[in-house]
Amino acid sequence: MIQAIVFLPLLGAILAGLIALFGAHARNPSGDTVEHHDDGHHHGTAAHVGGDAALVHVAHDEPLAHDDHGHGHDDHHVAEPPAAGSRGAELITTALLFVAAALSWATLINVGFLHHDAGVLELFPWINSGELQVSWALRVDTLTAVMLVVVTTVSSLVHLYSIGYMDEDPNRPRFFGYLSLFTFAMLMLVTANNLVQLFFGWEGVGLASYLLIGFWYQRPSANAAAIKAFVVNRVGDFGFALGIFAVFWLTNSTDFETIFHAAPSLTGKTINLLGWHADALTLTCLLLFMGAMGKSAQFLLHTWLPDAMEGPTPVSALIHAATMVTAGVFMVARLSPLFELAPNAQAVVMFVGATTAFFAATVGLVQNDIKRIVAYSTCSQLGYMFVAMGAGAYSVGMFHLFTHAFFKALLFLGSGSVIYAMHHEQDIRNMGGLWRKIPYTFAVMCVGTMALTGVPGFAGFFSKDAIIESAYASHNTFATYAYFLTVVAAGLTSFYSWRLIWKTFFGTPHDQHHYEAAHESPIWMLIPIGVLAAGSILAGFPFKELFVGEHGVEEFFRESVKMNPHILADMEHMPFWLGQLPLFMMIGGFAISYFFYISRPDIPEELASQQPLLYNFLLNKWYFDELYDVIFVRPAKWLGRFLWKKGDGFVIDGFGPDGVSARVLDITRNVVKIQTGYLYHYAFAMLIGVAGLITWFMFMGGQQ
Amino acid sequence: MTTWPILSVVTFLPLVGALLIYLVPGEDEAARRNARWIALWTTLITFAISVILVLRFDPAQSDFQFVEKASWLASGITYHMGVDGISLPFVILTTALLPFCIIASWKSVTVRVREYMMAFLILETLMVGTFSALDLVLFYLFFEGGLIPMFLIIGVWGGPRRVYASFKFFLYTLLGSVLMLLAIMALYWNGGTTDIPTLMHTAVPRSLQTWAWLAFFASFAVKMPMWPVHTWLPDAHVEAPTAGSVILAAILLKMGGYGFLRFSLPMFPLASHDFAPLIWTLSAIAIIYTSLVALMQEDMKKLIAYSSVAHMGFVTMGIFAGTMQGVAGGVFQMISHGIVSGALFLCVGIVYDRMHTREIAAYGGLVNRMPLYAFVFMVFTMANVGLPGTSGFIGEFMTLLGTFKVSTPTTFFATFGVIFSACYALWLYRKVVFGALVKPSLMTIKDLTARECLTLFPLVALTILFGVYPKPVLDMSAASVQQLVSNYNTAVSAVKAAALLQ
Repeated sequence: MIQAIVFLPLLGAILAGLIALFGAHARNPSGDTVEHHDDGHHHGTAAHVGGDAALVHVAHDEPLAHDDHGHGHDDHHVAEPPAAGSRGAELITTALLFVAAALSWATLINVGFLHHDAGVLELFPWINSGELQVSWALRVDTLTAVMLVVVTTVSSLVHLYSIGYMDEDPNRPRFFGYLSLFTFAMLMLVTANNLVQLFFGWEGVGLASYLLIGFWYQRPSANAAAIKAFVVNRVGDFGFALGIFAVFWLTNSTDFETIFHAAPSLTGKTINLLGWHADALTLTCLLLFMGAMGKSAQFLLHTWLPDAMEGPTPVSALIHAATMVTAGVFMVARLSPLFELAPNAQAVVMFVGATTAFFAATVGLVQNDIKRIVAYSTCSQLGYMFVAMGAGAYSVGMFHLFTHAFFKALLFLGSGSVIYAMHHEQDIRNMGGLWRKIPYTFAVMCVGTMALTGVPGFAGFFSKDAIIESAYASHNTFATYAYFLTVVAAGLTSFYSWRLIWKTFFGTPHDQHHYEAAHESPIWMLIPIGVLAAGSILAGFPFKELFVGEHGVEEFFRESVKMNPHILADMEHMPFWLGQLPLFMMIGGFAISYFFYISRPDIPEELASQQPLLYNFLLNKWYFDELYDVIFVRPAKWLGRFLWKKGDGFVIDGFGPDGVSARVLDITRNVVKIQTGYLYHYAFAMLIGVAGLITWFMFMGGQQ
Repeated sequence: MTTWPILSVVTFLPLVGALLIYLVPGEDEAARRNARWIALWTTLITFAISVILVLRFDPAQSDFQFVEKASWLASGITYHMGVDGISLPFVILTTALLPFCIIASWKSVTVRVREYMMAFLILETLMVGTFSALDLVLFYLFFEGGLIPMFLIIGVWGGPRRVYASFKFFLYTLLGSVLMLLAIMALYWNGGTTDIPTLMHTAVPRSLQTWAWLAFFASFAVKMPMWPVHTWLPDAHVEAPTAGSVILAAILLKMGGYGFLRFSLPMFPLASHDFAPLIWTLSAIAIIYTSLVALMQEDMKKLIAYSSVAHMGFVTMGIFAGTMQGVAGGVFQMISHGIVSGALFLCVGIVYDRMHTREIAAYGGLVNRMPLYAFVFMVFTMANVGLPGTSGFIGEFMTLLGTFKVSTPTTFFATFGVIFSACYALWLYRKVVFGALVKPSLMTIKDLTARECLTLFPLVALTILFGVYPKPVLDMSAASVQQLVSNYNTAVSAVKAAALLQ
């Protein structure tokens, strides 16, 4: 069964990929000759090369249509006919995903409730060399099963949604191929039984993310965002890879079972890195966590996530909200037996998580692009999850991951529905009053917002409060810091989430033309968001005992995570009024945003003009992009050019081959000059030589 | 084991093909066509026979197989051939890639076709000979002989600065080789033989080890090429014709790594151990330095050439780590790089044949007109980046993993390579393939032809196959690598123990 779950999406990806490739090949002629024309006449000649005129036309129009000012527009009006087999590719991939999703739920019931540990299914060997024995294997335990359900459910709904959302795009087979490829890589990641396969899935989802962010490859901004996402993730993977090497050095294995078994005996071991004797386990965990920071867009490595919104909206929902970005959280949970032994690493995890939760929420306050607001919200919520991980309450973090997948996918797909209704307008300043036009979308967006902000009864309420409690109850160095910041962030979350609702759906329409034309999305798109809305309510209370209850967790997760033994019990002893604090913050955020954007809409602008420094600081995302440009990008380019021109060109070639050949030429030229042809010159030179020789013999002879 | 000298047949069959081409004279179109077909069939048959080698090869045995021995020069210098798990992959790589080179040159070479094909066939003989020679003099002959056809390929069929490039290439490599010849003589005086298997089991005095190691190092470091003697490579690549670049990147560079594995490590283990930190430093510098330089290149071939230097840095680092994973990873990385960099140069050649420029700025938006090309190029770009699931990952991962144990700082710095490789490779791809198609000159560019698909798709398949299932290559070399590593470690620890006793 597990093979079917993992490999059906791969099958779909391959089929859709073949359809895309053959279709594209059929539309573009092959040949190795190019008609050559005089440089001046390209325009004239290009047009009369048979049937290529239409394409030429498109290519000329493209840069104008996709002119970009830093804010993406989900604009895919391309004057190309849809690729052949589009419908086939859509149906194949979507159907296969739904099968996989059904099987995943069956697996969750089987493993989580019926306690059938399916164990590890070995497929075939991968890398074998000496002690390094890595094989392809599928591991199924409760932790994996939860992820399987999240990934396949959201993915199948996003596939369905995309049939509607992408209906005008000419490259649908390629899009669905990428989506299924992503799902496959993500499933390989969550079923990994060793660190190397985890890394395979890890980089595989990175590839799919890169391809999907850059899906509209004619846009320069999409290409830039795609590369940024890949490279920033690679910075994290730099740490991840070193972490794997360190683990192998410590345990001679990359298999989880072996590592976890050996872990307790490793405490106190040190590792020598550049003369610094670090605690081996702490350092290893920190290196691995660096990978998690990249993938889950945590503070310092978060810069790629908002830019990733250049991709089509269903991609943002699937990859950049519900699944891929939670891979870092999953990884820490999976490696909980290691992290539990490295309290200092846990402290860092909690510190980074809390900082991200707060930082991203502050940036979210002032953004105007509907998708970027949701993106910063994702970043912030991932920070919450890491706070729970740092507290050792892995199941609690997983709970938030589980609920968050539903309501954040809902918020993204709902935003997509708004964008679709507004004809690819993404700036909330140009919206307003939409609730009358798209009531269904409005209703589900409200459900998503209430789940996100933690209105009692909705999914987010249970999981987010549990995280804040775990931060309070934890004995982590940064517990108080994390508790304080997550509570504040809860208020900020409420503010920016409701701000989005007010500005989008209430008030007066700012763009009458778009407003008039706004319409509800097709049924393909409404069904998935309806299902997710139901999930945003149902994923909460019914699962609370399994993820947060002391007894429930033990029964449900069993050996798949190693919890901090006291955390769940300690969470029960939270003082009543401190436990209610997040609720008050949520209400406060709601009230202030209502006051700001409904009662007194003039206040926000006034505030922004009164505090230009703070406003710009937040609007420019704490200037991280600018900072990184100055300290990393430009020096790297400068250094590259310097090493090339000065290092290779001047020093190595200058003193090496070029210099030597130049010197040889100089010498020969001078030697030529010596040959004057006058006998007395030669005679004189001979005389000097003889004199020199005699002198030398005299002195040398004298010494003997 | 075999009744016929299979290894000699594989080695000298291309020479027979070259002779055939020579015997069919003429300068007309028919003669050119004949030369192409003779060359293609020769390389295909050679490859087919080399497959027999794989089938009959016993991977469990670490010693040399298919051994042929005949007396040759004076006493002690013999015609001695044989392959083990380390050299066989390179023999197969050579015979497998040559047909691709011939097909890739089918249309792009139009002048002196006969001579061109002969040069390639002679080069094949010399390369296979290098990897299967078991006598130092024989090895030296093949190793140095390979310079001549390559010198001609660059100098005759190359680009505008071909003379500068070919002389730079020749002088650099020759300088190293002269020192190696001295070391070979020294080994002969020391051991009384030039037989490689015998020398591998002959203890060399420590002082001689140091000097001989340095002499061999001079030659192999240039071939590899290691920083800072790498500057001939970008120039040679830029000027060489497409197939010449493929051979240069895929096989000639591997002779350096092969030399380290065949001579430096087994014959001079103590010197290797002493100099290992030097190699690690140079490798780490190479990885970071050349990656940064690659980032700023404006010429497609130069960018790939610099990335080759960085990838070879992983190889030297892994080999001198002296661990099982490091050495096996080094071998695998060389095979993988042979496939991937060769394919990347083929990709450059495809657009060069159409547009006659290698300037990155001259391209952009090719995906709009060349979807198959975009797909193929993407696979090789990702392999170059070292994405898991492609062959590029396995080698990088294993060499880094193997080095971590012995030198954490080296691994730390070398791992920066994974970040930089993503930067330059994706940047190149974006500039050439992605974007809108706006350059008028590119409007009528056409997608891959059947012939070009024939050269690229098998390589795509191999890149992914070896990324998912590298076992065939790893198993082939495992026993020999295991023996090499254990001999090396025994020698090193014996000296350490002796030092402790004093």
